[in-house]
Amino acid sequence: MKSINFIQDEIINEFSLLDGDMEMTVFYVMELGQKLPEMKEALKTEDNIVKGCQSKVWMTARMEDDKIFFEADSNTAITKGLVSLLVRIFNGQSPEHILTTDLYFMHKIGMERFIGTQRSNGFASMTKQMKLYALAFKTQKEITS
Amino acid sequence: MNAVAINRLDIEKIRTQFPVLNQQANGKPLIYLDNAATNQKPKRVIDALTKYYERDNANIHRGIHTLAERATKAYEQTRHAMQQFISAKHVEEIIFTRGVTESINLVASSYGRAFLNEGDEVIISVLEHHSNIVPWQMICEEKKATLKVIPVTDIGEIDLDAFHKLLSVKTKIVAVNHASNSLGTINPIKEIIDVAHTVGAVVLIDGAQASAHLPIDVQELDCDFYCISSHKMYGPTGTGILYGKKALLEKMPPYMGGGEMIKDVTFTKTTYNDLPYKFEAGTPNIADVVALNEAIQFINELGKENIAAHENELLSYTVKKLSAIAHVKLIGTADKKVSVQSFMIDGIHHFDIGQMLDTRGIAVRTGHHCTQPLMDRFGIEGTVRASFSVYNTKEEIDQLAEGVERIIKFMKQ
Repeated sequence: MKSINFIQDEIINEFSLLDGDMEMTVFYVMELGQKLPEMKEALKTEDNIVKGCQSKVWMTARMEDDKIFFEADSNTAITKGLVSLLVRIFNGQSPEHILTTDLYFMHKIGMERFIGTQRSNGFASMTKQMKLYALAFKTQKEITS
Repeated sequence: MNAVAINRLDIEKIRTQFPVLNQQANGKPLIYLDNAATNQKPKRVIDALTKYYERDNANIHRGIHTLAERATKAYEQTRHAMQQFISAKHVEEIIFTRGVTESINLVASSYGRAFLNEGDEVIISVLEHHSNIVPWQMICEEKKATLKVIPVTDIGEIDLDAFHKLLSVKTKIVAVNHASNSLGTINPIKEIIDVAHTVGAVVLIDGAQASAHLPIDVQELDCDFYCISSHKMYGPTGTGILYGKKALLEKMPPYMGGGEMIKDVTFTKTTYNDLPYKFEAGTPNIADVVALNEAIQFINELGKENIAAHENELLSYTVKKLSAIAHVKLIGTADKKVSVQSFMIDGIHHFDIGQMLDTRGIAVRTGHHCTQPLMDRFGIEGTVRASFSVYNTKEEIDQLAEGVERIIKFMKQ
């Protein structure tokens, strides 16, 4: 299993190939979104909507063998690409790792520059939601063990 | 209206007067097509602001020193210029506000609170901006009056037959826009005003989208109130006007209390100032009002009919270019429009389109444009909106169309 920081570095490398070209970067983000495994329609409920995003983002998570697996989707292609980056980073990680590792890749790839302030705030909300899932699973594990 | 000779404007020369246009956005030349949200300011407006603060800044009206004299004169000159701009009968019918939103709130609060009663009705249309919906909802709730809404047709025009049916002796206020910010539809306000007057209702016109594009003659229109925002007509943000018929403004109670709006104050009784000062409590936005005069002169010198002719050409060109692209759907295709075109692309969210166009330096607006009920009417969440000002060019529209085509090509591959 690749570590969170290893995946972050991978993403930074991939984006560096785009050489700061905004249009290509946005197209690339959307392409990543297209590759995100489909989320079951039944999971796209009001309860699973991430609050604080301008676009609609649905997210859910499950725990398997002490690792968390996320499913997510969005009604906009760019946001779907952004959430796919987070899913790629956090999927299969332990709650402890998700909670204790800081994300730095978005600063390195200059995300705010190409998604703007509002989407950056939405991105922060998605990250927070994933950490909340991690915290919930960690707490659940501690109570049951 | 008499036919007016149209002069072709030198757009390249006009563009040089707008410093903001001379820049790149995301490495591409800026193409600013978000003019219905706010348009850009010519150098003379920016210079007027600087000059005011560098040479003339003083509080107005009560000062007796030289600077106060100059500032007062400049401020009042804008009032006179605005009186001419909309052909108001009296200069004191021009009240400076923060813009259309404040103007509508002023009328809803002051006129509404004084003259609306339980069971009365206020009529607006589905085409309204939230600023011409919410203030009426608030006052109707307070006064137990009813808000009635004129529907729009599939091409985005007000349904006049429905309006006639909604009107009754209960109708006390009719508030509609001169032109729609989301669709660009120019409403038949003369007819609406005349019909509303037959039942004794007063009519407020939200002129936010009209002031830079359409001729306005409040006496000919016979509207009771007309609202304008400076920043949508090449002027600074944070100011605008409420025009009101003198007789109505005189019988309306003040909206806000404070300095400027009083004659005498004692702890037992305050008497209010005359028009227009009764409605201008506190130190006003002097600098922006002063600079607004330059925006008025800019429009006057170019000639509104010449500006409109250029913008109409841009709009027709946009319609032609965008309708030729598969998957593009135009929203709002009324016969008479200001230079605004909303559109959607099948299967692609408007946020994505806006963001992708931005990467090519193209600024458009995406979303519901503060007209959620109108979006609901069309069963959509929002649109992409391109809107034009005098400095836009056909080449910029070519770029817009090319950007749209690229997005579709990428998304549909």
